[in-house]
Amino acid sequence: MYSEKVMDHFMNPRNVGEIENPDGVGEVGNARCGDIMKVFLKVENDVIVDVKFKTFGCGAAIATSSMSTELIKGKTIAEALEVTNKTVAESLDGLPPVKMHCSVLAEDAIKAAIEDYRKKHHQ
Amino acid sequence: MGDRIYLDHAATTYTKPEVLEEMLPYFTKQYGNPSSVHSFGRESRKAMDLARERTAKALNANPNDIFFTGSGTEADNWAVKGAALANRKKGNHIITTTIEHHAVLHTCNYLEQNGFDVTYLPVDEYGIVDAEQVRNAITDQTILVSVMTANNEIGTIQPIKEIGAITREKGVLFHTDAVQAIGSVPIDVDDMNIDLLSLAAHKFYGPKGIGALYIRKGVKAQQMLHGGAQERNRRAGTENLPAIVGLGKAIEMAALDIPGHNARLEALRNRLITGILSTVEHARLNGHPEKRLSGNVNFCFEFIEGEALLLSLDIKGIAGSSGSACTSGTLDPSHVLLAIGLPHEIAHGSLRLTLGEQNTQEEIDYVLEVLPQLVQRLREMSPLFNQQKGGQIFV
Ligand SMILES: Cc1ncc(COP(=O)(O)O)c(C=O)c1O
Ligand code: FES
Repeated sequence: MYSEKVMDHFMNPRNVGEIENPDGVGEVGNARCGDIMKVFLKVENDVIVDVKFKTFGCGAAIATSSMSTELIKGKTIAEALEVTNKTVAESLDGLPPVKMHCSVLAEDAIKAAIEDYRKKHHQ
Repeated sequence: MGDRIYLDHAATTYTKPEVLEEMLPYFTKQYGNPSSVHSFGRESRKAMDLARERTAKALNANPNDIFFTGSGTEADNWAVKGAALANRKKGNHIITTTIEHHAVLHTCNYLEQNGFDVTYLPVDEYGIVDAEQVRNAITDQTILVSVMTANNEIGTIQPIKEIGAITREKGVLFHTDAVQAIGSVPIDVDDMNIDLLSLAAHKFYGPKGIGALYIRKGVKAQQMLHGGAQERNRRAGTENLPAIVGLGKAIEMAALDIPGHNARLEALRNRLITGILSTVEHARLNGHPEKRLSGNVNFCFEFIEGEALLLSLDIKGIAGSSGSACTSGTLDPSHVLLAIGLPHEIAHGSLRLTLGEQNTQEEIDYVLEVLPQLVQRLREMSPLFNQQKGGQIFV
C-alpha cells in the first residue's frame, strides 16, 4: 500500500521532536480523521535553520511530516511556503488516494508555524 | 515459531488441511450439479446433504432449516430484509444494537429508507446489551429483533438466551449474527429460541465466500435471489459445492470440542492481556474481561494512532487490526468503540489481536516483547504525549 520511501520515513522519521524557544509553532488537527501535527521552527535571517515535528496520526501522516520538514529545512520562508502537500506526496513516490488528506496536515502545520513566526516578528 | 505471526483470525482464518482435503474432490472429480438427475448430480446432492446435516447438528437444528449462502453478509441481509419484508403486514419496527456488523447495520439503514422504524439499542461500557432493554423496546409494531451473538471487534458475548426468551414470550422474531461465535460459543437454536442465525465458514477454519442462514421452520423470510429452484426454492443459484462441503467439515470440527478450544485460546489470550496491562502504561482493555470470545484481545493505547501501530507490528511480522479512523477507508472511527463510550481520540489508538488454533505461547511472548517498544516509539513522536525527565507522564 505504501511506497518504500513512505515506509522509510515512517520507520526513520527525520526531525522528530521539539525545539526549545522556537521562533514559530504551528499545531493543526485533521478534520477528516482527527489526527494532530505540531511543527516547531527556528528561523535566522529569514532562513529556517531548524525544524522539528510531533505527529499523532497514521503512517502516512508521520511520513509526510518527516518529508515536509526535510523539504523546508535550510529554505527561506518564501521557499518553504511554496512546498505544497502535492510536492510532499511526490517526494515520497506517491500516496494512496485515501491518504492524500494526511499530507495536507503537514502543509497546514508548516503554514501555521510560519504564520506564528510572522506574528511574533511583526512581519 | 514461523517468521510471521498471524493475530487477525476475526478477519478470517486459514482453511484447515482436513477441510481442504474433503473439498478437493468436488472440484475435479465429483463436479456434478446437485440439481442434475444423473449419478454425478446425485453424488453432489449427497455431499450437500451431509454438509447440511453437519451444520444443523452444530446448531441443534433441523437440516431442512439450513440454507447455504454466498457469505455471512448475504445471510445477514437475507435474515433482516427477508424477515422485515415478509412480516410487513404485522408491523414495521425492528430492534437491533449499535454494535452490530455493518452487514446488519447498513441493512437496517436501508430498511429505514423504505418505511421501517429501527431502534438501535445502546450497549454498556463493556459492549453488552441489556436484555431488559430489548423487552422495553418492543412495541405492537415490532416484528424482528437482531442482536449479534458475539462482537467481531471487542469480542463481547451477548445474553442471547435471555433475549431469545423475551422475543419468544412477546411473539417477535429473533435473528442473531453468530458469524464470530461459531466454535467459541455453544449454540442451541431451540434452547436459545433463535429463529434466524447467520454464520460464515471462513471464521472457523473453513473456506471464504460461503455462509449459511438458519431459518426456523414456519418463519417467513422473503426470498432475496430469484431464479432456479435451489435451496428448496428459497435461494436461487447453482450451489458452491466444494465450499459447502468445506463449511460442513469445518463446522463439525469447530463444534467438536468448544470447551477445549476455548481453554487453549483463553490461556494465550489472558497471557497477552495481562502482559500488555503490566508493560504498557495508559492501555485500556476494550470489551468485557470475562464475557468475551476466547481469542479476542482489544486494547486502546492512548496518544497514538492504530494504523501507525499496525504498520510497526507488520514490520516485526505481526498481523493485527485496528478500529482507528485512519484504517477504516471511510475515515470514521469504529462505531463499536464509539458505542462503548470511547472518545474519538482514544478509539484512534485501538489494536485488535485475535488468536487462532495455531498460535503458540512463544508467539505471544514475542508480541509482548516488541509491542511495548513500538507503542513507546510512536508515543515519543506524538504531540499528545509529553514525557518528563523523571519518567512521569503528563498530557
Ligand atoms: C459479526 C460479523 N457479521 C458478518 C460478517 C460478514 O461476513 P462475510 O465477510 O462472510 O460476508 C462478519 C465478518 O466480517 C462478522 O464478523
Ligand atoms: S492522518 Fe488519519 S488517515 Fe492519515
